[in-house]
Amino acid sequence: MIELVIAERCTGCNACVEVCPTNVLELVAGDVPRIARQADCQTCFMCELYCRGDAIYVAPDCESPTVVDRDAILTSGLLGEFRRDHGWDEWATDPRYTNEHWRMESVFLRARDMAISEAVAKRRDGN
Amino acid sequence: MSRSPEETLELTADVLVIGGGLAATWAASAARRAGASVILVDKGHCGTSGVTATAGPGHWWVPPDPAELRETTIRNRLKSGFGLNDPEWMARVLALTWESLPTLEGFYDFSTDENGVKQYRALRGPEYMRALRKLVDSLGVTVLDHSPALELLQRADGSVSGARGIRRQAGGHWQVNAGAVVMATGGTSFLSRLLGSHTNTGDGYLMAAEAGAELSGMEFTTYYTVAPVRSTMTRSMSYAFATYYDEDGAVIPMPPGPDTTRPLARAMLKGHVFCDLARTPEDIRGRVPTISPNFMLPFRRWGIDPYKDRFEVTLHGEGTIRGIGGLRIVGEDCVTSVPGLYAAGDTATRELVAGAISGGGNINSAWAVSSGQWAGRGAARFAAENPAASGARPIGQAGLRPATVPSDVDLGAARSAIQGEMLPYDKNIFRSGHALKRSAETLDAAWAEFDARARGVGDALLRTRETAAMLATARWCVASALARDESRGMHQREDRPQTDPRFDRRILVGGLDKVWTRSDYGRALELAS
Ligand SMILES: Cc1cc2nc3c(=O)[nH]c(=O)nc-3n(C[C@H](O)[C@H](O)[C@H](O)COP(=O)(O)OP(=O)(O)OC[C@H]3O[C@@H](n4cnc5c(N)ncnc54)[C@H](O)[C@@H]3O)c2cc1C
Ligand code: SF4
Ligand code: SF4
Repeated sequence: MIELVIAERCTGCNACVEVCPTNVLELVAGDVPRIARQADCQTCFMCELYCRGDAIYVAPDCESPTVVDRDAILTSGLLGEFRRDHGWDEWATDPRYTNEHWRMESVFLRARDMAISEAVAKRRDGN
Repeated sequence: MSRSPEETLELTADVLVIGGGLAATWAASAARRAGASVILVDKGHCGTSGVTATAGPGHWWVPPDPAELRETTIRNRLKSGFGLNDPEWMARVLALTWESLPTLEGFYDFSTDENGVKQYRALRGPEYMRALRKLVDSLGVTVLDHSPALELLQRADGSVSGARGIRRQAGGHWQVNAGAVVMATGGTSFLSRLLGSHTNTGDGYLMAAEAGAELSGMEFTTYYTVAPVRSTMTRSMSYAFATYYDEDGAVIPMPPGPDTTRPLARAMLKGHVFCDLARTPEDIRGRVPTISPNFMLPFRRWGIDPYKDRFEVTLHGEGTIRGIGGLRIVGEDCVTSVPGLYAAGDTATRELVAGAISGGGNINSAWAVSSGQWAGRGAARFAAENPAASGARPIGQAGLRPATVPSDVDLGAARSAIQGEMLPYDKNIFRSGHALKRSAETLDAAWAEFDARARGVGDALLRTRETAAMLATARWCVASALARDESRGMHQREDRPQTDPRFDRRILVGGLDKVWTRSDYGRALELAS
């Protein structure tokens, strides 16, 4: 569930309010968005992806709120990691973060081939 | 909230598309390209809502040459679909998907492989939905975000002519008077915590059924996906290398192949199940973040190294999402059994293409792309003959207009009742006639109470209506699972382990006060041998 909107990083663009599918955040005039309905959060990380300020932290626990240490999160390197790995915005031209999603099929094929050769080896070893 | 809650934004269009996911955006683009004016309404935000946006669909993707490739693909799928699918629909979907994806050039940045060949088959979810949002915006579709539909509008002749809903952020209501409507609200997993699924509560099934639509294949709702406990991360690629352990640390034997749900569920009914991904080859580990950037998020944040550490896993139910059932399609343009109402994507039954096993991994997304466009064009054609007009009747019932005096209903309790029948492994994966009958009684009683008394107001309006939709959907699933008195594909009855040729046909279901089922004799189905 979403836990933090970090004021000193937030530019007030309100993109997160707009993109959140379950309407968790609320626009506050002249201030950073408010986490108004945390219980509705579907832990999809979309707000983080669209936050250019890297100001949002979503904890992975989808069942209940997590107690988080704001200062530790600020220095953890986790903020903005998702947007970076997606190669969005300023990361778009960085070759380390190109979109390799198309390789998914070949990964499944590797797993299948591994399973087949493991089964063959097992039979050869006689168990 | 800038508007008074009573204020209604009233708009007119040739075609109204309800939903903002994969099927809805393809539908809106096709209707617009056919010359119709189009309004698209999404419960959340069109571009991030729905299960495509958080995943990354690989489409059913077979080149047209040589022709044997598609013929073989179709023949194989007929066999694995247990004869409930139809070769003509399969061929249509393969052809249209192949033509459609390259048209996203300029909106989606397709990757090229080592040989410089463009890769169209699999698109990453957030980028795919962002591209489709840009596409519908560029075509002049009017998009209303955060505007869930609550009920359909019906003409005196029974045809569907628009919908009404609310504006969650702007405040007030909306009403769209349309010539025809495309329903593309996705499937429902009964709020199981499946990634990205929580705006999908089966609203489209209920709205359509109130207009008289039928459903089909609702017994095929037993698909589950593994995820770390307390997380939504149902991205399955890396689990192809998983090793599972029971509470004593003993390896749980898995059959070869991708079907791990039943052995895992069996183990989970006995105790906690753990997993590691130590078998993952080094080079693949390095690539996981650029293939599926969200997969590692929970692990990194919890300080777990999945390639070394054992972590506990669970199975999230998928209901009709990577199940199969949905609104019955009666024409090539994806029209439902109600004139003016078209269905696309997970809102429609995917039996026509997938048969009795899940269409996840290839068919579902190809179906959303194709059925979306057929439905969009069909709706545009219908609207050309039946222009939008005001004065149609809003027809929503349960949760909106209670049959008796409204009073408070406990939404949390209703939801627990639904989930308690639809998600537990012992009831839904290992089915039996006896347990299904008990589920039917529980759900019927909950429905009777809900239908009689529930009326959502204020902040609870949407939630109340969503609960009604899930309750109705659960009843159709259970009734269909009882009617299919055999085992076939993903529907496995412990008390009826055999496949029975008497059931070589689809099962239709519908009804609100009283649920009915009947065999689909409309088309003779040959069981592929
Ligand atoms: C984890 C995961 C991985 C998958 N991977 C694959 C794959 O590799 N290959 C494949 O073929 N398929 C895959 N699928 C299936 C595929 O994603 C779906 O078939 C596809 O997304 C269906 O599109 P849809 O538009 O019908 O539904 P969705 O994309 O879910 O969209 C439904 C939309 O309807 C909106 N909505 C709901 N109710 C209302 C309402 N009352 N009013 C207005 N709007 C409403 C929602 O907000 C949402 O935007 C996967 C599914 C999951 C869950
Ligand atoms: S998206 Fe980020 S920067 Fe923009 S308002 Fe939200 S938290 Fe602030
Ligand atoms: S994680 Fe998803 S549901 Fe939760 S606040 Fe962010 S966008 Fe909204």
